[in-house]
Amino acid sequence: MSEDIYIELSQKAKELRKYIILMNCYAGSGHPGGALSSVEIITYLFHREISFFPDNRNDPDRDRFVLSKGHSCPVLYGVLAQKGFFGVEEFKRLRHVEGMLQGHPDRLKTPGVEFNSGSLGQGFSFALGCALGGKRAGRGFRVYVLLGDGELNEGQVWEGMMFGAHYRLDNLVAIVDYNKYQSDDLCSNVTALEPLAEKFTAFGWHTMEIDGHSFQEIGDAFKEARTVKGRPSVIIAHTVKGKGISFMENNPVWHGSLAPQGEERVRALRECGLDDIG
Amino acid sequence: MTTMREAFGEALIELARTRDDFVVLDADVAGGTGTAVFRDAFPERFIQCAIAEQNMMSVAAGLSTTGVVPIVTCYAVFASMRAVEQARNSIAYPEFNVKVIASHLGLDVGPDGPTHQAIEDIAIYRAIPNFRVVAPADPFELKKALPVILDTEGPVYMRTGRSPVPYVFDRDVEFELGRGKVLREGMDVTIIAVGVMVHRALDAAEVLEGEGVSARVVNMSTIKPIDRELIAESASRTGALVTAEDHNVIGGLGGAVSEVVTSTVPVPVERVGIRDRFAESGDPNDLAEKYGLTAEAICAAAKRVLERKAAVSACG
Repeated sequence: MSEDIYIELSQKAKELRKYIILMNCYAGSGHPGGALSSVEIITYLFHREISFFPDNRNDPDRDRFVLSKGHSCPVLYGVLAQKGFFGVEEFKRLRHVEGMLQGHPDRLKTPGVEFNSGSLGQGFSFALGCALGGKRAGRGFRVYVLLGDGELNEGQVWEGMMFGAHYRLDNLVAIVDYNKYQSDDLCSNVTALEPLAEKFTAFGWHTMEIDGHSFQEIGDAFKEARTVKGRPSVIIAHTVKGKGISFMENNPVWHGSLAPQGEERVRALRECGLDDIG
Repeated sequence: MTTMREAFGEALIELARTRDDFVVLDADVAGGTGTAVFRDAFPERFIQCAIAEQNMMSVAAGLSTTGVVPIVTCYAVFASMRAVEQARNSIAYPEFNVKVIASHLGLDVGPDGPTHQAIEDIAIYRAIPNFRVVAPADPFELKKALPVILDTEGPVYMRTGRSPVPYVFDRDVEFELGRGKVLREGMDVTIIAVGVMVHRALDAAEVLEGEGVSARVVNMSTIKPIDRELIAESASRTGALVTAEDHNVIGGLGGAVSEVVTSTVPVPVERVGIRDRFAESGDPNDLAEKYGLTAEAICAAAKRVLERKAAVSACG
C-alpha cells in the first residue's frame, strides 16, 4: 500500500471515529464500542474496495454492503456521509423523531442503506440472497457483509453458512468484527466461538484471519477473496472493541446503548480532537 | 375434489409458462406444499433452501433486490412462527416484494397432529404492518389469486391447504384483493367464512333455509386488508354475523370481522373456529367434527347469534 493511500485512509478513519462519537453524543444512546472496532474495515471497504456511490445506489450492478451487525450503524452513517449520500448535519437527528438516521439501519429512510438490519443474523442471510440473485442474473457485482462476533450465536448464521457454501457464492465476502466482546460479557464467557476459523473452514468457506485495524491486511484479504472461486470467503478480523477511545477499549459497558457523560464525554471528544459537539 | 396444494403447484407451472419474473423457495417440503411439480418442470427457477426457514426468509428478501419476485413456500407453522421474525424484519419492515405461501393449515392438516396444525398464522401475519393476508376457498380461486398477489407490489401471505376440498367456484371465478364476495343472499344472518370453511358455510346456509332462516354467505378470501364495506353492509342488512375459519377463534377472521363491526355497525357476532386449544391427530373430517368446524357447528352458531339479535331487538 502506498504511503499516500495509507495517509488518506488513516485520515478518513480518524474522521469516522470523530463522527461516531459525535453521533453518540447527539443521540445520547447507541452502541459505540462495536462501531469503533469496525472503523478500519468500513473505511477500507467504502473508500478502496466497493463500487458504491450516490450516483449508482439504485444500479442493479452496484456492489452491495450489508451491515448485519446493525447496532453499529453510526459507523455506516459516518462513511455514507463521507461518500456524500447525505450531509453531516443529519448526525444531529440520529435516534430522534423525524430523523433520517434510525437507531438501527432503515433502507427506506437512509440513502445508501441496503437493508433494515439489527435483528442479528438476518443481514447475513439477506446478503446471501443478494449474492445468489446476482449470480442467477449473471451480474458481476460483489456483496460484502459485516457480522459481529456475538452475532455468530444466532442459529440463522450457521444456516446461512451452509447455504452460502452450497450455492458456491464466491461473489460474497463476510467479515467478522471479532472484537471479543458481546452485549454482556466476553464472547468466550457467553458461549465459546473458538475454534472459529476451523468452523468456517469446515462449513466450506475460504477463511482468512487478519488484524482488523491494519489497512494493509484488510486490503490484502479483500484482494485474496477476489481470487477465490467456487466458495464464499470470510475474513475473521481481530479488532479491539471501542478502539480509539481509551476508556472504551475492551470495556463491555460500551457495547451497550449509551453515550459518555460528564468527564468521560469531554475525554472522548478530546481524543477525537474536539472541544465540544457544536 | 382436489387439494389446494396440488392446485398451487399447477398454478405455479401455468404462470411460469407465461412469466419469468418469479422464483420459488422451498425448505425441503416440496412434496408437502405442492411445489414438487414446479421443481421438476422449472428446476432453474426453484431454489432449495433446506430445512432452514429463517435463513430462507431473509434470503428471499435479498433475492427480491435482484430483479425477481421470490415466493417462499413452507408449512404455515414455520412460516408464521419459526421464521416470522425474519418475515417481519427482513421483508415487511423494509417493504420487499416477497410472497410467503404456506400449506398445512389448521385441522385440515389432519394426522400429523398439533405440531403441524397452524391455528395462529392468520392472527400473526395480520398483526404485521405491510403484510396482506389471503386465503382462497377452493382450487379455482387459488389459481386466480396467485397472479394477482404476484402483481401486487409488497409482502403478501397466502394460505393454501393440504386435504382435498370440494369446488366452491367454477374456473371463471374472479379474485380481487381486498374484496369479499357474497356467494348467497340472505336476510336474517350473514356467515362470513374463509378457506375450507366456505363450502361448509354454504352447506350450513342450505340447512338453515330448510329451518326458515335466510342466511347470507360471504367468502372473505382477503383477511387483510379486510373488506370493511361488505362487513358493515352485511351487519346493517342482516343484523347478525357468524364467522367461520379453520384457525383459532382468537385473532383470525373472527377477530378481524369483530374489529370492523365494533367500529362500524355493532351487531352480535358468533365466531366458529378452534376454541383456543391444541387439537390432536386424526382425519381432517373427524377433527372438524370433534373441534366444531362443521356445517352443523355453523348452524348452531347462527341460531345462537339470532337469539342474541332477537334479545337486542327486544331491548331496543
